[in-house]
Amino acid sequence: MNEQPKQFKWVGTRTIRPDGVDKVTGRAMYGADLTLPGMLEGKVVRSPHAHARIISIDTSKAEALKGVKAVVTAADMPEAESKLVAAGEAMINFRDLAENVIARQKVLYAGHTVAAVAATTNDIAERAAALIKVEYEVLPHVIDVLDAMKDDAPVLHDHIFTGGVKPKPEKASNVANRVEFALGDVDAGFAQADIVIERNFTTEPVHQGYIEPHAVVADMGQDGKVDVWCSSQGHFMVRSFCAGLLKIEMSKIKVTAAEIGGGFGGKTTVYLEPLAIMLSHKAGRPVRMVMSREEVFRASGPTSGAAMTIKIGATKDGRITAGDATLYFQAGAFPGSPVGPAAMTAFAPYDLENVRVVGFDVVSNRQKVVAYRAPGAPISEYGVESVVDELAEKLGIDPIEFRAKNGAREGTKAAYGVTFGTIGMQETLEAAKATEHYKIPLGPNQGRGVATGFWFNIGGESCAGIRINEDGTVSLTEGSPDIGGSRASMAIMAAEVLGIDVTKVKPSVVDTDAIGYHFVTGGSRVTFATGMAVVDAAKAAVDELRARAAKIWGVDVDGVVWEDGHAKPASTNVGDFEPMSLAALAAVANKTGGPISGHADINAKGAGPGFGTHICDVEVDPETGFVTVLRYTAVQDVGRAIHPGYVEGQLQGGAAQGIGWALNEAYMYDKDGKLENAGFLDYRVPVASDLPMIDAILVEIPNPTHPFGVRGVGEVPIIPPLAAVNNAVAAATGVRFTALPLSPPAILAGMSAKD
Amino acid sequence: MAKQHITTTINGEETEYLCEPQETLLDVLRDQVGLTGTKEGCSSGDCGACSVMLDGRLVCSCLVLGVEAEGKTVETIEGMADGDELHPLQQKFLEEAALQCGFCTPGVLIAAKALLDINNDPTETEVRYWLAGNLCRCTGYDKIIRAVMDTAADMRGA
Repeated sequence: MNEQPKQFKWVGTRTIRPDGVDKVTGRAMYGADLTLPGMLEGKVVRSPHAHARIISIDTSKAEALKGVKAVVTAADMPEAESKLVAAGEAMINFRDLAENVIARQKVLYAGHTVAAVAATTNDIAERAAALIKVEYEVLPHVIDVLDAMKDDAPVLHDHIFTGGVKPKPEKASNVANRVEFALGDVDAGFAQADIVIERNFTTEPVHQGYIEPHAVVADMGQDGKVDVWCSSQGHFMVRSFCAGLLKIEMSKIKVTAAEIGGGFGGKTTVYLEPLAIMLSHKAGRPVRMVMSREEVFRASGPTSGAAMTIKIGATKDGRITAGDATLYFQAGAFPGSPVGPAAMTAFAPYDLENVRVVGFDVVSNRQKVVAYRAPGAPISEYGVESVVDELAEKLGIDPIEFRAKNGAREGTKAAYGVTFGTIGMQETLEAAKATEHYKIPLGPNQGRGVATGFWFNIGGESCAGIRINEDGTVSLTEGSPDIGGSRASMAIMAAEVLGIDVTKVKPSVVDTDAIGYHFVTGGSRVTFATGMAVVDAAKAAVDELRARAAKIWGVDVDGVVWEDGHAKPASTNVGDFEPMSLAALAAVANKTGGPISGHADINAKGAGPGFGTHICDVEVDPETGFVTVLRYTAVQDVGRAIHPGYVEGQLQGGAAQGIGWALNEAYMYDKDGKLENAGFLDYRVPVASDLPMIDAILVEIPNPTHPFGVRGVGEVPIIPPLAAVNNAVAAATGVRFTALPLSPPAILAGMSAKD
Repeated sequence: MAKQHITTTINGEETEYLCEPQETLLDVLRDQVGLTGTKEGCSSGDCGACSVMLDGRLVCSCLVLGVEAEGKTVETIEGMADGDELHPLQQKFLEEAALQCGFCTPGVLIAAKALLDINNDPTETEVRYWLAGNLCRCTGYDKIIRAVMDTAADMRGA
């Protein structure tokens, strides 16, 4: 049950984040900011080829260079077994993870690691890396997803036979897996339709674009104990992956979460960490490794590019009768694209009787994709929301009304199997329609687009500890790397339960030795799941505080209630006792049983699904094809905003990333399969002058399973922008574009084809 | 080549260091002087995370050599607050949640201060173009732009 909002003192307020001063003064320590005595600098040798067999690796010249202390190749790493493990929100085969960290027999993309070196300075490490001679047999490569599915395409892995089809194929293929989700009978649904629209769409791979490159410091002692300091979305994930890849007992690895300079899903796996540990092991000294921006683009991230066909039918009065989608997703060099969640979310905003979504997970000679904010959903929902918009236009129905008429409600069964509980899809549509933005008249060459989006949100393992200090302050420990202000939310929730001033609570993200396992900071789960653990821990501390007061008063604990940070007699029947504050109870804790604390180790269930609706106004320059975003509004059901400022920030930041995906961002390859735009100059993320203010409207439909009603909020906001921008451009130009990004040349070409 | 002996003033304090001729000011600040508040995001002058003031001019410290700081003054994020007193921009960024991961924040603050030092009443467009060289991937810039404009308004009123 939810607490009543009027009772809240801290929930819903805009407190100063506890880590804030460190972050505005330069004191906060990120991945690359740690220096240890005797520390070496590590560098990676990467493949220049998109696909090649490794014939030999000669490290002798590098090892002979003065200042070089260790060189590592795949020969130094244990062989990994084939088993599936959770990587962020997707599953990955452990053997693939090992081969992605360092290539064994073949390199599968330009940028694939083949060796690593540690030396006394960066300069020496770079020179040593250049001295490592790798002999390759270059193989034919394939980059595009549809090309990779062709019969004559170069096959990356001879052990991959398409999964999810019967009978099992006899020939190895780049199509790693087929998934299907269905509800009702789509053929019958299309037969009932008065209008059917079918379109083919493509999207390009886009990078998460966190400003902090991957960075780690690893230090392995002679007793085999390992200390790791790194920027990641889960230091428990880093421990688990490094333990598994290097065959080290987990208890011997301590990972400390550095402050993290952005992740967006891209830091839910390991790249450098196992290499740094091995280099430290061989050198007997700490090793720091930091990726360059070019390495970040070539060898980490991105999310899939895709090709897809979307077909939707509707009756004249605006009821959707069937939706059918086929999705082809690039996985990169190893299986594991987000085609599964893309298929599950594609039609989830709608209450449909007949749905079928088929998805294919396809490998090609690009780096392995990794989670990016609502993995897969922005892609499939871009296609669906573009067709939904076109249907509304053809039927002459307002696009928000059309969505409301078909939109999911409590009790709607989604094609992926879930029946929705309390959700806010309809409420976000109503709030969007009620905005001033939606009523502003548009000028020439301007257009308005609307789109909606859905994401599951997840729970998972989290822990929290509340320690009441002798002076009445509170130390709060948890283990979810704070990527966007979550410590502020944790402090607020703890202060609310304990009834004390929020500044008396100091939250810390502690190391893997200091608290129990946490799933990664991902899936929009931290404020929900870790927040739930914090609330449980705080409630346990309150129970202990009540017990101490009961002991002092010589009454039964049931006779003591906790209100406004004080133990009070439950009624006059209990006796006439002066309320005791948390600080007063803390001061005498040694006389009432010792230190006072509360702990919770949970696997949170019941994450509330999230829905959002965005409105985008654009102006398209008819001479250049350049798109200017004039206005943008993001509406979302956030359950309850613990710290509204950081919740708005999630909506605004997600919208900006989605706008970049729609307008600018794309991986571009040359004919040799090498990335051509591996830098921020040529891979252009939105800059301040590209964007307008982004109005964030928080709709609060509390999640009944969370004590304060929290729903995850981080991922939904990147889903609607792709179609919202596309639909706005269609309204401005009269052309329904079907490929992202909507670059000026693409727009000009589309407009001239129309004329 | 031999290391160069450089004498410069960093955040008001005379500082000496030895650096290789090819070393950037960014690397010197972070690795030799121990001022890691200045961040490296790209090393190509595209992201602005390494913004510092060099003789009163806003620069990307990754595009400046360590030797170029000889005889000059360098101001970094570590010198922005006056003791325990935060600069109004720093305070406003905290009050208005104008940072998420915080990695771009030092560079944004240095650049924003450089703007307010020469223009105490910038328009939204002026702020957006001034900060166009400072990439932020978390915030969508909205709260950053508002915080800079609100700080300017406060400072004008003060």
